[in-house]
Amino acid sequence: MSNSQDIDSANAKQEFTITVYTENQIGILNRIAIIFSRRKINIESLNVSPSEIEHIHRFNILITETEEVVRKLARQIEKQVEVLKVYFNTNEDIIWQELALYKVPTDTIQEKVLVERLLRENGARAVVIRKDYTVFETTGHRTETDKLIEVLQPYGLIEFVRSARVAIIKDSTGFNSKLREFERLDPGHDVIENEFLDKEKNVFTM
Amino acid sequence: MDTLQEVTTTPAAPKETKQVTGSVALLEGLIAEGTETIFGYPGGAIMPIYDAIYDYKEKLNHILVRHEQGATHAAQGFARTSGKVGVVFATSGPGATNLVTGLADAQIDSTPLVCITGQVFAHLLGTDAFQETDVINITTPVTKWNYQVTDANEIPAALAKAFYIARSGRPGPVLIDITKNAQMQLFDYEGYTPCTHIRSYRPKPIIRNEYIEQAAALINSAKKPFILFGQGVSLGNAEAEFQAFVEKSGIPAAWTILGAGAIPTDHPLNVGMLGMHGNYGPNVQTNECDVLIAIGMRFDDRVTGRLDKYAKQAKVVHLDIDPAEIDKNVKADVPVWGDCKETLPLLTKLVTEKTHPEWLAEFKAFEKIEKEDLIEPELNPQSGELTMGEVIHQLNILTKGEAVIVSDVGQHQMVACRYGKLNASRLTVTSGGLGTMGFGLPAAIGAKFGAPNRTVVAVIGDGGFQMTLQELGTIMQFGVDVKILILNNQFLGMVRQWQQLFNEKRYSFVDITSPDFVKLAESYYIAGKKVTERADLVGSLEQMLQHPGSFLLEVMVSKEHNVFPMVPQGCSVGEIRLK
Ligand SMILES: Cc1ncc(C[n+]2csc(CCOP(=O)(O)OP(=O)(O)O)c2C)c(N)n1
Repeated sequence: MSNSQDIDSANAKQEFTITVYTENQIGILNRIAIIFSRRKINIESLNVSPSEIEHIHRFNILITETEEVVRKLARQIEKQVEVLKVYFNTNEDIIWQELALYKVPTDTIQEKVLVERLLRENGARAVVIRKDYTVFETTGHRTETDKLIEVLQPYGLIEFVRSARVAIIKDSTGFNSKLREFERLDPGHDVIENEFLDKEKNVFTM
Repeated sequence: MDTLQEVTTTPAAPKETKQVTGSVALLEGLIAEGTETIFGYPGGAIMPIYDAIYDYKEKLNHILVRHEQGATHAAQGFARTSGKVGVVFATSGPGATNLVTGLADAQIDSTPLVCITGQVFAHLLGTDAFQETDVINITTPVTKWNYQVTDANEIPAALAKAFYIARSGRPGPVLIDITKNAQMQLFDYEGYTPCTHIRSYRPKPIIRNEYIEQAAALINSAKKPFILFGQGVSLGNAEAEFQAFVEKSGIPAAWTILGAGAIPTDHPLNVGMLGMHGNYGPNVQTNECDVLIAIGMRFDDRVTGRLDKYAKQAKVVHLDIDPAEIDKNVKADVPVWGDCKETLPLLTKLVTEKTHPEWLAEFKAFEKIEKEDLIEPELNPQSGELTMGEVIHQLNILTKGEAVIVSDVGQHQMVACRYGKLNASRLTVTSGGLGTMGFGLPAAIGAKFGAPNRTVVAVIGDGGFQMTLQELGTIMQFGVDVKILILNNQFLGMVRQWQQLFNEKRYSFVDITSPDFVKLAESYYIAGKKVTERADLVGSLEQMLQHPGSFLLEVMVSKEHNVFPMVPQGCSVGEIRLK
């Protein structure tokens, strides 16, 4: 068996964002989740939301795994009846954001720092300003949202919450055209992709 | 609800509607799908369906089993021998949970089943109502698809989808859970339309000619090509296409236990069984061949042994309908995605007609060693206790490879698979992937309904028989003609073998005592006989086979006999041991 060089690079664990397009169907979340839990793979972040197409939901699943494992997981997910398509991407392939909210006592903030400057420096904005507390919001990568926790901690950070990762695939032409293919009785090559053919053309040489 | 509406159906002329209950719509749908036999067990939450079936006695044959697990195994036996979808009814709660073993077994062995479970009224869902269990979530990991129906309007589409999913692509079990209100609800029924397309489901990958060409080039260049075939061949009804491929290419072919019979056991290019207790030659040669052609098989660990030492020298061509199987265990150099019914003829066209006499002779040399050292003494012992091998051997002679052999799980299973002669596919029914003890007896009942014109022999151990022996009641009540052959070694033999080989003979809880099986059969009005002497074996087997109706034959076999060859756990297939 060949491609040992592939196996080496595929053996290093890294962050992968798995994007799944599914029918909006009760139970599909569970079917997808058990594909991970059965293999004892931790989901680091999970976002499920309606997509740009009615009745079709989009999952963003973040895990740290080797490419080989991720490829197998993707095939298992795509095998589910209600799953239309699965993509997996490294961080280089995507644009991603997380949303974070920070609740801080309003009096300390007013006393000790210039709110304006703080917000500007961290790309945050106030969502709610009340007498007792203020809620800031920021979006960004983990390191960025983490940094603001550090900044606000000395000012009595009361509560913090961060959303799951949402990601856009840089190199994607979207799902609208693909969907039309799916709806045909006999979908074409575009939908029934053979990743082998596209990626592993050179595997077999005579 | 959404997805059900997305099922595409061929537009038909406006239909007459009539008011029927959900239960009636269900039965009409089953009939439209060609269902004749249902294996089931009633209960409160499925009573409306059972009430409806009272009026369908002419069209639907309902077999009342003695335990819901038995219903699933019977449906599996039916599906395997008939090639159709097995249908099961069970009530909610304990009835539904009793299906889990059979679902898991069907899932791993790709057996098409449609299970219908009753559920509590929709308004009681999630309230811990009497006999309410979360059947959908319990069965999600062991079904290809499942769905809960809470409104009768959904029943025809859900059922159509269930049948389509169960039987298409890589087959598997599906489950529909129907709340009691939906079973009773009257609705405007427009007739039944089979499902032919689900937009999110692609049962067959598109065949890429580039791959067929690459595979053919690789095969044509090979000096020592070797075929491994599994159940995919018979699931795709591709036996003829497969045989044509084997014969034109002249490549030796070996089978997994679920692939057995896709070409006859005695075919000159059939070189035997793969795996832990498979034949010597095919196991060793896996690590000698230059091109390995895997067809409709999934490289189960019982077949591959240690993966890091498996066929490292070979280029691998893998034909499979399920894309997720490619590269799952063994990396493929050329993946041929698709239904082998379609891919094999394309491949056959491109392979050159050849024979491989020297390569084949290597297999024959191993066969000779195995025959002399092991098979001969096992099949034709001159003295000592009866062996399982000789029982199967004599059974073969009497049934001429035409009988359906259903086996349970254990040593007798491996012996039945190793020595069972088959002239065709769908003649062997066994629990391959899950290895479910208790499978044999109920599966044999279903197998008989699936192949009514064949002799069905269930080969079962003394341990496994006691797991589902209540199904003798089903055999009795419905007059099912099943020949039950119990190979009694007074041990949980397979576990004992491992304890002997790997745990210094510490026989921990494998010594199992049994009731008088013949008397037990008698109490179910089933004829029976016990054999302890070699001299009585053939006559008793003949008596069993000639007996009109079911018969139980208990054969006392050697207590501490081991199944060999064996690839010990953690070893490579090349390290297979003859003793
Ligand atoms: C439901 C279930 N429980 C336990 C096992 C583990 N197991 C595999 S083989 C075996 C022994 C089978 O004994 P018996 O039925 O007497 O057959 P034999 O091996 O003696 O032919 C056991 C306990 C199993 N496969 N299935």
